[in-house]
Parts: sequence; structure tokens; C-alpha cells
Amino acid sequence: MDGDRTTAGKPVIEFRQVSRSFEAQPVLRDITLSVQRGETLALIGESGCGKSVTMKLMMALLEPTDGEVYWHGRPVKERSERELIRERLLFGYLFQGAALFDSMNVYENVAFGLRQNSSLRESEVRQIVHERVREVGLPEDVCHRKPAELSGGMKKRVGLARSLALSPEVVFYDEPTTGLDPIMSDVINELILRTRTLRPVTSIVVTHDMRTVQKVADRVVMLYPLTRLEPHASQIIFEGTPQEALAAEDPRVTDFVTGRAGERIQELAAG
Amino acid sequence: MATGSISTPRDTPIHAVGRAVVRCIEFTGDLSLFGWQMVSWMLIRLPRGSVLLPCMYQIGVRSIPVVIVTGMFIGMVLAVQGYDQLRLMRMESRLGAMINVTLVKELGPVLAATMLAGRVGSAMSAELGTMRVTEQIDALRALGANPIQYLVVPRFLACVLLIPALTAVADGVGIVGGWFFSTQVLGINSLQYWMHTYHFVTAYDVLSGLVKSVFFGASIALVACHRGFNCGRGAEGVGRAATEAFVLAFMAILILDFFLGMFVNTLYYMLWSTPISLL
Repeated sequence: MDGDRTTAGKPVIEFRQVSRSFEAQPVLRDITLSVQRGETLALIGESGCGKSVTMKLMMALLEPTDGEVYWHGRPVKERSERELIRERLLFGYLFQGAALFDSMNVYENVAFGLRQNSSLRESEVRQIVHERVREVGLPEDVCHRKPAELSGGMKKRVGLARSLALSPEVVFYDEPTTGLDPIMSDVINELILRTRTLRPVTSIVVTHDMRTVQKVADRVVMLYPLTRLEPHASQIIFEGTPQEALAAEDPRVTDFVTGRAGERIQELAAG
Repeated sequence: MATGSISTPRDTPIHAVGRAVVRCIEFTGDLSLFGWQMVSWMLIRLPRGSVLLPCMYQIGVRSIPVVIVTGMFIGMVLAVQGYDQLRLMRMESRLGAMINVTLVKELGPVLAATMLAGRVGSAMSAELGTMRVTEQIDALRALGANPIQYLVVPRFLACVLLIPALTAVADGVGIVGGWFFSTQVLGINSLQYWMHTYHFVTAYDVLSGLVKSVFFGASIALVACHRGFNCGRGAEGVGRAATEAFVLAFMAILILDFFLGMFVNTLYYMLWSTPISLL
């Protein structure tokens, strides 16, 4: 994939009029966006606007009900199951709750992708696992612990180490700072920046933490919940830099980035 | 003439029946596709020992105590219930035959499978459901593993291989329990007990019971894993999946028992030309 002339210049990931519904409930409608190689894109929006669904569609963990998702200029649908599995290894994913495997300890969690998809010797696997664990600021002796014995911040860091084990080209961060204290949140932000520095990754961050957006994002895309959107309006209500988001004219954007209830408090009073 | 919006039709019992039928058909189709995917992955790549053996330990070894208790009490209950009936016909000496034929052909496989549907099936469904709601199944896919190959195939193989073994354990313990109660409590002559057992219990009876248990094990694994993979959100979804896994597996066991019973009886007749009465 890297250095392939046929994919050079094409967005890493592209949505073309992607829609997604769950049973009768539409969540995303006609989303068109692209992610360029090397950038850090932040997807922001209120709870329930479809940010995590967008991220899972990007990684083909979900299929769109309409429209097409493209990887390196080629529709994801054209790939066979085997190709999909192989190419998905180029993506790393830090899940919202870290999604560590409860039955495995930290070492086995981080090593999982390596054991599953490579023919490395166990000594090589051990070296990579320990490197990743150190890279996320954890001591090696944490490797023997089970996920239930870890704090929220430690789980997130182990999840990050696991997602980086296969040296991905694109890393997805699904609400990386949710549920963490301010100090640990900034630790995670620093790790996102460090990951970008240490390796040439494209990063996509789903968050509603504006401190994370200001710190790590090159570009911001804001989604709006369909339940409160006019019938033919675009669900993407902002696309630009974090600084442009702060100075946006749309009150829905400025209310969100500055943390003001705005019109929503009137809706609550009316209810 | 009055104009206005079209009124929605009232929801009648017929609508409810129709919806239930559609749901049943959808479920059957979805389960069949799920089973097909599982079989395909089983043929492509068998699970590693490091994944299969822990499943076998959980499903097989840890079920032995409950299977022993189940088997023992089945045998003793058959003795309790059968003795009075046979005594009326002065045939109490044949209690061994009655207990052991019933045990190896029907009650051993069915009740052992039912117990395991509750213990193993619900646990599998709850475990996989929890993995679903905490995104661990998505994490498996993100890390290059196919969830059906990694999670379902080892559980299916463990159930298919070990539930017949557990059924054999239940049968064996049930035979001992039935003998003990019949001879030590009810006073049946031990020699006559075993003589009639020898005359009436055939290898075909034992084999047919074990073959049935293979199908029971397969249905428990398939239904439990399907429910876990498709569970609703949150703790309520996981709880409902565990309950549904047991109920549906139990129904599948009963339905399979009926059709497999018909089949083995018909096969016996075809092989040995001895009429089997269904009355």
C-alpha cells in the first residue's frame, strides 16, 4: 500500500454519500468526506450524531445501507473477505472502552494481533509487546495483569499499545479521553501526538473533548444528529481547522466547541 | 365527503401472529446462515490447541460434577417410578431392563443435554453477549481474526466432541444409581437385575443415544453462540440472550429427539427387519 503509485494522491479513506440506518432508525445520511494521508482528523458532534458509527464504517466493521466507502481509491465492497481482513490490519483501532479481551492478560492482549497475523517467533513477539507497552508509558510488569485489574487510563493505554502492535498506517481513536480525569486525558492526548511523531500514521479521532481537538487535530468535521436536522440539510455542519471551529458563524458549532447549552436549554425548558 | 390523512389500521391478533411468524422465519434463516459460516470456517481452518483446549475444559471437565448428579438421580427416579408399575404386573425383576433402556436411549441424552444447555449454553451466550456489548468482537475483527472462526468454531467442536462423552458419564452413573436404589432399597435381586439388562439393552440402544447427543451438542453450541452474537445492548440484552439460548436450545433438543428417535427406530427396522411398535 505505502509507496504504491496507483494509490498515491488518493485519500486514505473516502465516504461518497454514505448513509447508515439501524432497523428503521437512520443515523447517517449522505455523508461525503475524505481523509488524507498523514493528517489528524477530529470527528466531533453531540452524543448520538453518528460519530462512532462513522468510524466503524471507515474501518468496514459496519456496512453502509447506502453509498460507498473507499480505501485508497477503491471501493471496500470490491474486496473479498480475505482481502478485507488483510487490509484491515493496516488500521489500528482504540475502542471507546478499550475493548480488551477479558480472558487474556495485558501481554496476551497486545500480542494477539502479532500471533494471529504473523509468523514471528515468540521472542520477537515479546520484544514488540514490551516496546509498545513502554511506548504508552506503562511498566513491563503490567503485562501479567488482567484487564479487570487495570484502571481506566491503563486500559486505554493497553488498548493503544494493542492497536499499534502491527504498526498500522491509520489509527482510529474512539473517544480516547471519555471517562478519564483531566490529567490522564492529557496523557492520552500526548500519546496521540507521540504516536504521530514516532511513525507516519493518519489519525482519526472521534471525540467531544475540545481540549483533545485543539491539541491533536489538523482538521475538524462536525456531525449533527439527524433527529434535529432539517430534512434536506447536510449532516456535516462544519469542516475546517480547530481555530476556524472556534470562530464559526453557525451557533450550533460555536455552542458545541465552547460548551454552551444555547438553544438546547430552551428545548429542555419547553419539554 | 370527508378528507384527511389515512388512518393507520388497528393492530389485531392476526398482525401479532403475522409478526411472530416473520420473526421465526428471519431467525431460522439467520441461524442457518450463521451455521453455514461456522461450518465453512471449520473446513478452512481448525482452531489452535491454545484456543480449543480451554473451551473443552470449561465445557467438558467442569460439567462433570453436575452431569454425575443429574445421571445418578435420573437412574434413581426411574427406579422409584418404575417399581410400582412393574410390581402390579409381577415383573419387578425386569426393573433393570426398563431403567437402563430408558436411560441410554432417551433420558440420559435428553436430560444431560438439557442440563448442559442450561450450564454451558447460557454461559456461552452470556460470555459472547458481553463481548458483543463491550466491543470485544469488533476488536477481534480489527485485529485480523474472524469472530466466528475464533469464538464459535472451538465452542462448537468442544460441544460436539464432549457432550456425547458427558452423556456416557450420565448414562454410566445413572445405571449405577438405578442399580443401587433397585437392589439396596427396593430389594430387587441383583443377578436378575443385570440379566434382564443384558437381554434388553443392546449396543444399538447405547449408540443411538450417543449419536443423538452429538446433535444435541451441536444445537446447544449453535443456538447459544448465535444468541450471544446477536444480543441486545447492555446488561438486559445479555441476560435476555442467556435466557433465549437455554429456551431455544431446549426446544431444539426436544424437536431433534423426536425426529432422531423416529429415524433410529426406522433404521433399526431396515437393518434388522424387526418391527418396532410405536405404541
